[in-house]
Amino acid sequence: MGVTLDKEARQGLTLLSPTALYALLMLAAPLAMVVTFSFWTQNYLDIDTTLTLDNYREAWSKPIYQVLMMRSLRISLMVTVVTVLLAFPIAYYLSFHVKKRKALWLFLITVPFWTSYLLRVFLWKVILGFNGVLNTALMQVGLIDEPLTFILYNSNAVVLTLAHAWAPFAILPIFVALEKIDRSLLEAAEDLGDGPVRRFFRITLPLAMPGVIASTLIVLIPTVGDFITPRLVGGTDGLMIANMIQIQFGKANNAPLGAALAISSMVIVAAISLVIYLVGKKMGGRTE
Amino acid sequence: MTATDTNDIIVLSDVTKTFGTFQALKGINATIREGEFFSLLGPSGCGKTTLLRMIAGFDEPTTGAIEIDDKPMAGISANKRPTNMVFQSYAIFPHLSVAENVGYGLKTRKMPKTEIAAEVDKALEMVDLRGLGNRSAHELSGGQRQRVALARALVMKPKVILLDEPLSALDKKLRDQMQVELRSLQQSLGITFILVTHDQEEALIMSDRIAVMFEGEIAQLDSPEGLYRRPRTKRVASFIGVMNFLSAKLTREDAETLTIQIDALGEITVPRDIAPEGLTPSEVDAIGIRPEMLTVLMDDTDTAERTVEGSITGTSYYGDMTYYEVKLPGDGDPVTISMRNTAGRSVLPAGSKVSVGWGAESIVLFE
Amino acid sequence: MTRLGKYLSARWLAVYAVVYMLFLYAPVVLLPLFAFNDATIISFPLTGFTTQWFTVLWETEALHAAVRNSAIVAISTAVLSTTLGACAARAAARYKFPGKRPVMGFIMLPLVLPEIIVAVSLLVLLMQLGMSLSLWTVILGHILICTPFSIAILSSAFQGLDNSLEEASFDLGETRWGTFRRVILPLVMPGVVSSLLICFTISLDEFIIAFFLTGTDVTLPVYIWSQLRFPTKLPSVMALGTILLALSVILLIMAEWFRRRSAKKQGIEASAGGFM
Repeated sequence: MGVTLDKEARQGLTLLSPTALYALLMLAAPLAMVVTFSFWTQNYLDIDTTLTLDNYREAWSKPIYQVLMMRSLRISLMVTVVTVLLAFPIAYYLSFHVKKRKALWLFLITVPFWTSYLLRVFLWKVILGFNGVLNTALMQVGLIDEPLTFILYNSNAVVLTLAHAWAPFAILPIFVALEKIDRSLLEAAEDLGDGPVRRFFRITLPLAMPGVIASTLIVLIPTVGDFITPRLVGGTDGLMIANMIQIQFGKANNAPLGAALAISSMVIVAAISLVIYLVGKKMGGRTE
Repeated sequence: MTATDTNDIIVLSDVTKTFGTFQALKGINATIREGEFFSLLGPSGCGKTTLLRMIAGFDEPTTGAIEIDDKPMAGISANKRPTNMVFQSYAIFPHLSVAENVGYGLKTRKMPKTEIAAEVDKALEMVDLRGLGNRSAHELSGGQRQRVALARALVMKPKVILLDEPLSALDKKLRDQMQVELRSLQQSLGITFILVTHDQEEALIMSDRIAVMFEGEIAQLDSPEGLYRRPRTKRVASFIGVMNFLSAKLTREDAETLTIQIDALGEITVPRDIAPEGLTPSEVDAIGIRPEMLTVLMDDTDTAERTVEGSITGTSYYGDMTYYEVKLPGDGDPVTISMRNTAGRSVLPAGSKVSVGWGAESIVLFE
Repeated sequence: MTRLGKYLSARWLAVYAVVYMLFLYAPVVLLPLFAFNDATIISFPLTGFTTQWFTVLWETEALHAAVRNSAIVAISTAVLSTTLGACAARAAARYKFPGKRPVMGFIMLPLVLPEIIVAVSLLVLLMQLGMSLSLWTVILGHILICTPFSIAILSSAFQGLDNSLEEASFDLGETRWGTFRRVILPLVMPGVVSSLLICFTISLDEFIIAFFLTGTDVTLPVYIWSQLRFPTKLPSVMALGTILLALSVILLIMAEWFRRRSAKKQGIEASAGGFM
């Protein structure tokens, strides 16, 4: 029914065109530009437009970049695992045990996320610092005699801070997936003899898998590109590839190398994401 | 202009509609008379809703013409046509009150507020919703929403009201009640109603005339009684009610009569005029007979014009009625016979040998 | 036995949920504490109550400029993203056309793309075009990341819009424009307001894109970043953060309230967690 396909398609495309055009000009074109840039070279202010793989050679062979890249991936994967593992019970609790005021809970979970990211990261520094909130509190209680130093200016601090920053992004997809599960399926599993634990692993978890995969990817991909958290709480051992990208585009004034680093890290993250997606799909999650 | 011309409110000439490669309507010709309750009946996908939407002006025919009130409708959009629609989903504006919904179209016509209020009250009264004007849309029950949708169309005083499966969302009891109400409202107002439905019972109860549609074509356009008693094709016959088909062939014909050999019932001679228009007698391969036109003879006091011996293979008890499956002579499928459970009539078990009574005037010929 | 197990697991989950919420709110709670603390260093124990840090804010000219800049950026971003978002959400909800999924997917891409990639690629393009960095370049970037949020919010508003409502209006004699004004607009208005507020909030807080694309006129987060280096400025940054936090929460509550009203108007049960 409805109007003929052609007319409808035309109207739809016309309506979508401003937004699509914007994305084309401001996203597709710049991304294409970055790719092109990564094959150029720069000496101070002069840009040499001869196509070359030099930047990639440098990005993939120099130890500093290798170290930063490996560390970025390690930290991002750790952040992802920690965030999703911490988020799952909350999503489960909200979906299965909270009967009233679910929306209020969700609202409360999202509120901290809407405060300035910069300040939140900074406040973690205040909490974890040598004279910070945590150390002062622990010393006052008498649990420790001198301030803990392993909690700030290293990758642990980065993982903790990012796990905090991405919490709502991890909780919501899992919550949505859990909400979609038909409760009679769980009763059916119980009726067929499954205990709560077996039921969880045979029914709940596989059905929640699309949500778990979604939150894994939503957390993993952007964290690789974060440079504020490493800069503020990471110390020298916590710096990540994005800091290097920022430096190349800034102080080092070598945008082509920065572009090559950015593209390289995106390709690696995309590859890892694809693997996670496929593995997750195999584990029973039919991700839409 | 002849008298019949002025009586026709809608004329459909060779209307076709194609969606991509799919032909939704294959040349519809029909006239709808002023003041009648007309139904488009058919299974889903037969094109009935497409046809209704083209009359309303939401779709244009691919070829052919639609005339409403003697005016060609090509290029005239829905907001300029003298028709109003009651949508299947009712399409009650959720942000407006009942009164604002009903008065929506009048406001478009720039009618003064006091007049709108008076018209709205009248319309609400007509549909039995007096005093509910201030209710908001989401406080209404399904039946009330249906009434609001109807009042919203009625208040426009259109030439034709189009109803797209208006009762399909209601439960059985409410639907039965609304069928009667809609019919009596239509009769008292004298406005032309065009109803789209897939429910044959609904169409039979409410309509003056029914167009039965299959696959984009009108299979038969007739009064309810005509459709039921003289279905022209086997498909129409089995779509409307239950029909027993028995294989048969023509053995003799003359100017006045046809003689037909029915496998299960033997040879009969019937007057030529019981054959539907356009039927070629030599092509007849089956006769149809409705379950209520057959009788299971309970004892010697029951009589019938003709009888045939059979055995009951199945019994379904419905309270007021009993349905028997009876195997007749020959190798056809058992026929269905419905019997009213009147006083003193017992229910026979499967396996009983019975006499089945029938009459020659109740058979329908099919080719 | 199983009942006991169930009781225990529910119990533990509740405890876990409370601990988790404490973790989520730990840094947020500190913000006002230090903003009103009468000390120049950000550490415990608290030494006394003062509002002097707010007074300092009042007297800092550079901050006022940053606030003005951020307001310009956030308002422009909100209006433009919501406009673009409305077009896309309506097109996706109402029409069927080839290529809808990939195009929509691409428009939504900034939602998962690291912001540094968005920022860097825009920077490269602007450099190539020879455009100088200004507030407008920040707005360009912010529209890119806010539009997907706007689409997400407005999609539910447009999807809830039954097609037959428009047809009914049309059938009752109303014109296309009249139908838009009397039926569509009132029904999606709460969604539009909610989208405006969310986009405003995102733009106001956004740092990475602003950091790369801002010229000499800095936005508020970039200003805060520059202040974080100076320990003496920290208490007043805390005060500023507190004000921003209060503002964000108020805007969020308003956005949620409008979204719910929109859902209610359309007779839909307000689903939980709407703006995600």
